[in-house]
Amino acid sequence: MVMFWVSVLALSILLYVLLDGFDLGVGILFGLTHDEGRRRSLMSAVAPVWDGNETWLVVAGVVLWGAFPLVYATLFSALYLPLLLMLAGLILRGVAFEFRHKTQRLRWVWDAAFSGGSLVASFMQGMMVGALVEGLPLSHGEYSGGEFGWLSPFTVICGVGLSLGYTLLGACWLIRKCEAEVRASAYRLIPYLSLALLVFGMAVFVYALSEHLRVMGRWLERPYLFAFPLIAAAAAIVLAASVRQRRDGPPFYMGVLVFAAAFGTFAATFWPYMIPFSITVDQAAAPHSSLAFMFWGEGLFILPLMLVYTAISYRVFRGKVKSTSYH
Amino acid sequence: MNNAALLLSRLQFAFTVSFHIIFPSFTIGLAAWLTVLEALHLKTGRQVYREVFEFWLKIFGVAFGLGVVSGIVMGFQFGTNWSVLARMSGPIQGPLLSYETFTAFYLEASFFGILLFGRSRVAPWFYLFSTAMVALGTTLSAFWIMANNSWMQVPVGYVVQNGMFVPNDWFKIMFSPVLWVRFPHMLFASYITGAFCVAATGAWYALRGVFGAEARIMLRMGLYLAAVLVPMQIFFGHLTGDYVHDYQPAKFAAIEGRWHDEQPGSEVLLAIPDSASESNKFAISVPVLGSVIGSMSLHSKEVGLTDFPRANRPPVAIPFFAFRVMVGCGLAMLLLAWVGTYLSRKGRIEQSRLLLWLTFLSFPLPFIATLTGWFTAEVGRQPWTVYGVLRTAESVTPFLTARTALTSLIVYCGVYTFIFAFGIFYIYRLLRAGPAGSLIAHPASATPGRPMSIVDEAPMTSSRDVPIAAHPVTWVK
Repeated sequence: MVMFWVSVLALSILLYVLLDGFDLGVGILFGLTHDEGRRRSLMSAVAPVWDGNETWLVVAGVVLWGAFPLVYATLFSALYLPLLLMLAGLILRGVAFEFRHKTQRLRWVWDAAFSGGSLVASFMQGMMVGALVEGLPLSHGEYSGGEFGWLSPFTVICGVGLSLGYTLLGACWLIRKCEAEVRASAYRLIPYLSLALLVFGMAVFVYALSEHLRVMGRWLERPYLFAFPLIAAAAAIVLAASVRQRRDGPPFYMGVLVFAAAFGTFAATFWPYMIPFSITVDQAAAPHSSLAFMFWGEGLFILPLMLVYTAISYRVFRGKVKSTSYH
Repeated sequence: MNNAALLLSRLQFAFTVSFHIIFPSFTIGLAAWLTVLEALHLKTGRQVYREVFEFWLKIFGVAFGLGVVSGIVMGFQFGTNWSVLARMSGPIQGPLLSYETFTAFYLEASFFGILLFGRSRVAPWFYLFSTAMVALGTTLSAFWIMANNSWMQVPVGYVVQNGMFVPNDWFKIMFSPVLWVRFPHMLFASYITGAFCVAATGAWYALRGVFGAEARIMLRMGLYLAAVLVPMQIFFGHLTGDYVHDYQPAKFAAIEGRWHDEQPGSEVLLAIPDSASESNKFAISVPVLGSVIGSMSLHSKEVGLTDFPRANRPPVAIPFFAFRVMVGCGLAMLLLAWVGTYLSRKGRIEQSRLLLWLTFLSFPLPFIATLTGWFTAEVGRQPWTVYGVLRTAESVTPFLTARTALTSLIVYCGVYTFIFAFGIFYIYRLLRAGPAGSLIAHPASATPGRPMSIVDEAPMTSSRDVPIAAHPVTWVK
């Protein structure tokens, strides 16, 4: 039962990162262009799927609460301010989809809300991941790091890194969904974004070495972890090749593979800890009666339906978007 | 314990949840009403039912979107501000709220897409079925929320282990009599909210002399529905009062404004309760009626607040007044619905401008009644989060500082006010434009000219986004 819910949690977080990742990335790219036609294309490329993507965040949140209440309570209270800013960002970018079309005069407000909200949400998510990697200060099972315990140079680097990563995913998505100028500029951006991500990866590595983060020890104990960066490197090579050849199909899947590899790295590095080096999966798991209650209804029946449903809605939405259409 | 952080967290929860409830209480009722309209359209084949349907579907879309957006915050807030409650009650509240997300997500997201884009693509019976499924989704959502809240009001089916509430009898939790009284009470509140909003819109058009056929349907159906539902709601309200009387005597005493034991109990109609002197000022009361309402008896002893230590008493003024405002709104709606129905049966309703005005102005009443009902329930539960077991002061995140809590309160107030001001303005614009425009930009008819619009708009996930986007013409001034 515990393993089932860990898997569901991991799956919903991974789906969230991959799916909302690209549409947050498109939101960030939205801020880089001022051309109304291009902006419409960008919005059209994500409008029909973004809120389904975001639902996985809510799913992850409630599964965390129901199945691992200790982690839910500890983590969310510790990450109070970053969560607040993330939610504010997500709300503002979410309503911008609806509201920007209803006004001419105030459109700039919603455009700023869309790109700014996307950037803030991405950055905060990166910082929170960084704070987990660095280790949240806990004493007696309770967070003791103060209001800004999650803030450090490392977490800022991680915030920048995840924003870059999402932007890369977003650019890969635009190649799939758009044509003409938008597609061309996405192709031009990808090498720079990839390079920046590489620099980010090295910065994280150097920082971890210099600070003797406990994470590094794990890599020596578990050499199989090196498989993940190898997968990511292979995906990056294919990505580079298909960008050179201007092949629209593969880049997005390669971006997904890079993210999945990064996610796998986290999961395998920290296993069995949910909050690294203080709370394990078994410590955090809700009583069996709670897990079983969730399993026999939502786990067994509704979750598969949700996955099928997500697949169908992406299938319906396949193909390129015309830049002239309303999103 | 940091008292300022506690107070700010309570204010934040009250603010965000009050803002949130406005939208679901409207959309749950509206979804049910849409189902009725579609069934009528199918049965009678009259085009006007469909026009009214399409019109309210757009308004449903905007209100639904605002409800979803404001609801996300609720799911996080338990963890950020109430971490002790979240940890202790997670094994029970977590699964209940996860069911809410799972069931509502699936039903609403899948079938709402069909409502928006499927009219020309699915069989009429299936379209009606989809409408019913959206209504079922919103209803299920309400059910899980009420299951969660009812457990906090009257916790059952658990044991305390390792500092957690461990469920040992889900049957008791799911079939708690409290839940099955409060869930219909909330459901009827939503239906009545929908009914009055529809009737008020119809009255508005009738006063302006526009959209005659649609206005007739809205006015009549809204008022008839309310005429039946409001008495039922009052009955379930009474049953809800009974559970409070039996399980939460301190809350009951606060609502009644009863400071000392009385036998038989009198009923305070109006007063200004004063906690310092533990008495009421300017009280207007009816002898014996308190025993009748509380215990259906002429002689029963009714419990007063002073039976409870001060530390276990709820604040008195808010439940006392909120309850009276709720009942007042309920009685006003009952009167309006009955008089309106009577005039309508006599065929004189369109001539009675006074009644049309009153109906038009009545649309805030159900919202006020719902909010004050929740104030009564939630403030009356104090000083507990889980009644009798876990205090509010012990539920709050222990290390939360006042500065942090104030920051989040300001951010939420700012963001909510901003987006809801726009949202309500757009709903107003839709209502003012009226049903005539609704068929102009119907996406199905827009499709042939824009082949991409299927892939563009059809995916059903975009429940929050598509309704407005799908009708660009009606939005452009």
